[in-house]
Amino acid sequence: MKYAYFPGCSLHSTAKEYDQSAQAVCRRLGIELEEIPDWVCCGATPTHVTDHLLSIALPVKTLLQARKMGLGVLTCCAACFSRLKVANKIMREDEWHRERVNEIVEDKYEGEVEVRHILDILVNEYGLDKIKGNVKEGLGGLKIASYYGCLLTRPPEVTKFDDCENPTSMDRLMETLGAQPVSWPYKTECCGAGLSLTRTEIVLKLSYDILRMARDEGAECLTVACPLCQSNLDMRQMQVEKKYEEKFCLPVLYFTQLAGLALGIEPGELGLNKLMVDPMKLLKEKGLV
Amino acid sequence: MKYEISQETLKSEFVSQVEKRSHQSVKSCYQCGKCSAGCPICFAMDYTPNQIIRMIQIGIRDEVLSSKTIWLCASCETCSTRCPREVDLAAVMDALRRMAQEEKVKFKEKDVPLFNRIFLATIRRYGRLYEAGLIGSYNLKSGHFFKDILMSPKMFRKGKMNLLPKKTKNIKEIKKMFLKAKKIEEK
Repeated sequence: MKYAYFPGCSLHSTAKEYDQSAQAVCRRLGIELEEIPDWVCCGATPTHVTDHLLSIALPVKTLLQARKMGLGVLTCCAACFSRLKVANKIMREDEWHRERVNEIVEDKYEGEVEVRHILDILVNEYGLDKIKGNVKEGLGGLKIASYYGCLLTRPPEVTKFDDCENPTSMDRLMETLGAQPVSWPYKTECCGAGLSLTRTEIVLKLSYDILRMARDEGAECLTVACPLCQSNLDMRQMQVEKKYEEKFCLPVLYFTQLAGLALGIEPGELGLNKLMVDPMKLLKEKGLV
Repeated sequence: MKYEISQETLKSEFVSQVEKRSHQSVKSCYQCGKCSAGCPICFAMDYTPNQIIRMIQIGIRDEVLSSKTIWLCASCETCSTRCPREVDLAAVMDALRRMAQEEKVKFKEKDVPLFNRIFLATIRRYGRLYEAGLIGSYNLKSGHFFKDILMSPKMFRKGKMNLLPKKTKNIKEIKKMFLKAKKIEEK
């Protein structure tokens, strides 16, 4: 198995630990990743709300680079995943856009490069049975709230890999790795995403609701697959605690970090020290580090 | 809320303009309110998503384009996924934001569009996001000088923010793409 790897901007900055752990897990499982040379930003939300054609052209630019490599694309960030998939869908189905975007990128692209999220690849392509065979340490029954956020499963006609109201792929993966996923109703609630810098008070309220629900349903930590969800729930957790006068201390780990631990990868390779809410106390208690 | 509804607003072309820009059938909406029931940001909006749709239908143009709602929408796609009439509301919101910017209406919400513009300028300049530059620039231009300032040292220490930007090698091509997109969009 080999993929063209699109890390996206966050995985080179605020989410370096997602990059580290995703690469470490893929290495351990024998999934080969080759970074797309000269990839550009997917444009994220600020582009599709400002400049429609550019929001398709930017992902297409990167997809054209991947096409040269002759490989399908693997990406980790839920927002990048969404923008790439949306661009592909439009380039496949809509002639009006295809014509104009091709003029912008000065090439001919018809949405032919396959794009998949790393969670989809691990669960549905590599397979849970095979992962189970690779589990070394296991996660010792750690109680986890799997948080999918918005763009991993919505809109379903674009993402096409899990149920959009009650997704289960991350839960099933966590179970396979020896954790105990809790049943909770906020799996796909929004954390406020890109409003983090501009309307922080909205993000704090939404993050508060999510953290509280996870804790009330018995979770000892959350696991996520999106850098924005992670930073809103982890980096801003102290602000949430201050504003709502409630202590959570709930670590928010990337699912690849937990997968890495279960597969027996050294904690140092998984960037655990980059998380703002320190997970080490919990992980030590459970004998995971 | 009080609106002036007249023969003029009812016959206005606003609804067909929005439909054309968003590629959505706004007229299909029968006001069940499911979009607003599931909207996570609804509590902070000045008009709920279903109100915005109704206002488009009856031609209340200025209030829609200057509303906070269109900028507070986080594009989480919950409404689009659940709409029984298959109206992609997130796409309608995108179209409204672009129309509002083109028509240079007076925004009730200033920070979000400002942030978007700075974000895009960063991509145009480097091809990739440069967080420290984005935050610095946003704080300066928005007047929220000390926003999140206490978080930055920790981010640098943990290596989660790069001091200097990384430019992609094909930056000339990216700049050209921005220019071309603007030209074609104007057509």
